[in-house]
Amino acid sequence: MSDTKKTPAPKRSAVASADEAIPDTTALPASGLIGSGQEGGLGDQIRAYISRVRGGDMGVLPAVAGFVVLSILFTVLSQYFLTERNIANLITQAAPSVMLAVGLVFVILLGEIDLSAGTTSGVAMALFVVLSDPGGPNLNWIVALIIALASGVVVGLFIGFFVARVGIPSFVVTLGLFLGFQGVQLLIIGTGGLYRIQEDAVIAIENGNMPIWGGWVMLAVMLLISFGTAMLDRGRRNRAGVPNRTIALVWIKLAAILVLGGVAVFLLSQNRGQVNVLDGKIVGGTIIEGVPIVVPLVLAILWVGTFVLDRTRYGRYLYAIGGNAEAARRAGIKVIGIKWAAFAICSTLAVVSGLFSASKVGSVDAAFGHDTVLTGVAAAVVGGVSLFGGRGRLVHAAVGALVISVITNGLGLLNLGGGINLIVTGGVLILAATVDAVSRVRAGGSLIRT
Amino acid sequence: MDVPIIELDDVKKSFGPVNVLKGVSLKAYPGKVTALVGDNGAGKSTLIKGLAGVQPYDEGTVKFNGDVVHLTSPREASHLGIEVVYQDLALCDNLDIVQNMFLGREETKLGTFDEGEMERQASETLRSLSVRTVKSVRQRVSSLSGGQRQTVAIARSVLKAAKVVILDEPTAALGVAQTEQVLALVKRLAEQNVAVIMISHNLVDVFQVADYISVLYLGQMVAEIETKNTTSDDVVGYITGSKTYGGAA
Repeated sequence: MSDTKKTPAPKRSAVASADEAIPDTTALPASGLIGSGQEGGLGDQIRAYISRVRGGDMGVLPAVAGFVVLSILFTVLSQYFLTERNIANLITQAAPSVMLAVGLVFVILLGEIDLSAGTTSGVAMALFVVLSDPGGPNLNWIVALIIALASGVVVGLFIGFFVARVGIPSFVVTLGLFLGFQGVQLLIIGTGGLYRIQEDAVIAIENGNMPIWGGWVMLAVMLLISFGTAMLDRGRRNRAGVPNRTIALVWIKLAAILVLGGVAVFLLSQNRGQVNVLDGKIVGGTIIEGVPIVVPLVLAILWVGTFVLDRTRYGRYLYAIGGNAEAARRAGIKVIGIKWAAFAICSTLAVVSGLFSASKVGSVDAAFGHDTVLTGVAAAVVGGVSLFGGRGRLVHAAVGALVISVITNGLGLLNLGGGINLIVTGGVLILAATVDAVSRVRAGGSLIRT
Repeated sequence: MDVPIIELDDVKKSFGPVNVLKGVSLKAYPGKVTALVGDNGAGKSTLIKGLAGVQPYDEGTVKFNGDVVHLTSPREASHLGIEVVYQDLALCDNLDIVQNMFLGREETKLGTFDEGEMERQASETLRSLSVRTVKSVRQRVSSLSGGQRQTVAIARSVLKAAKVVILDEPTAALGVAQTEQVLALVKRLAEQNVAVIMISHNLVDVFQVADYISVLYLGQMVAEIETKNTTSDDVVGYITGSKTYGGAA
């Protein structure tokens, strides 16, 4: 059912009075508004979407297709891939890359880059383990974590100062920090040093699971938030007197979350541990079940970030600066402050990514986090985020990170780790960039962006 | 004759030893198109930047609706209702029409965008300018033609009830049909009682839409004429300095 065009012609603003003098308004729609692409039923919306994709606006589609194809491929090749245990494993493997890629999107949207994100996470986590070390300062782990996150903010502000204020290319500033922070980390940890994560709560992020009901509550909250924001948007559009998209799209989206999320939560609610059963009773082993604790954390950060990018001035200005910084400046946007904040957000999320990674590995050494940043950038690009700025969404980067994690995970199951993994990841990155570029050329754009 | 909404009197501006504006006067009336012509280096851009508050004048008075004002920042100019559409349009390709029109002044409720309200206002503004070439206000600007971009840039300037709109070479780099569209848009802008100041090198365009023509020559206003009282040849003469203007407008 479509609820378009049922609103009466809205009142014109004062300037419109002169327009009555112009007789020929017959070509305009009766609603008195120019189209917005929201009109029409489900069929129209699907046709519009297809034409957008054909027009080169592929978005996250190639990455999703890649994820599906790779998943099917590995399911065929390995009997272990589509097991509850491996799915949980894949999710926890992907979490640090997802977080890093999501953080990087904030600076990539500006057309900037942060090559030091990985080493920032390394330095921050080195601070964390040394400060919370029982043999050392023995700080409360929460205090140590706050210090680690704060150090991320400081690093981001530092980068922002040089990039936005002084005007040095971010590539150069962060390359310098990438080198320098490896030294800082070495000094903090000490040559050959390795600190084990002592705090159970930190270990639990990646290795602990929510109770079974927790997963279902999480799914219900997701459905509620999705439904609530959709209804809020529709309400606002109705009050403004502009057409809404057909409500069927809302139901389809909710159904998709329900089915995909439901399957995932169901699978993760099964026992994936080893148990010894004697006469139908469990006599030993461990039961591992429930959605990993890291999942709601990642989803919450993803949701907040997307909310900021889509619905607040700050997010809109990030896109505007990435699209045309001069236009943004002339529109009265404080470009320097926006950039500054973007680098702070990126570095802080990089520290969160480091926290997940440390939780997964269980220790932090002098090389921790050094080789992660380019994987994060690759994840963003694979997901369809443009390195030229102004184009891409957080969820794109998240899907991109999932694709790369599937490659790592699947090749690992096939005992093809190491070399093959890197080659395939690199190939997928170039393939993704090619798909993006070719789709843009087909849409009449230029292969070389200015 | 009405009171001019903009009245510049003897404004001067110099950059170091170079006197770009040597005492320029200019008037613009509501509902009228005033063309500002002159050769390269005559000082057109400098004059406009002063009005926009980007580069304040060194000397001279600026009257807005008869009151003396000091335009020292783009914000002040914009607050008075003076909007500039620059030649390079200053649009973000990656944003759609609504987002571009509201950039920097979005409508929000509880800190989040009221997209419906923005969409309606954008749509109404485009309608009030009788824009028919835009299919959807949610199109990305990257998908628009040059004329459509100019349309969006102009619509952006009048979104918040602008009183004076300054257009910097709106028809440069446009094809014939698109030039016609934009010129028609300029006329409609004036019909809405907006004072339009249009910089142009194209005298055909100028004679088509302008009510008044002001000619700058080497930092001085050498002629302010009503279009109907002059000819293209005369204006060319004033621009190149081969003729001097003597008669009363």
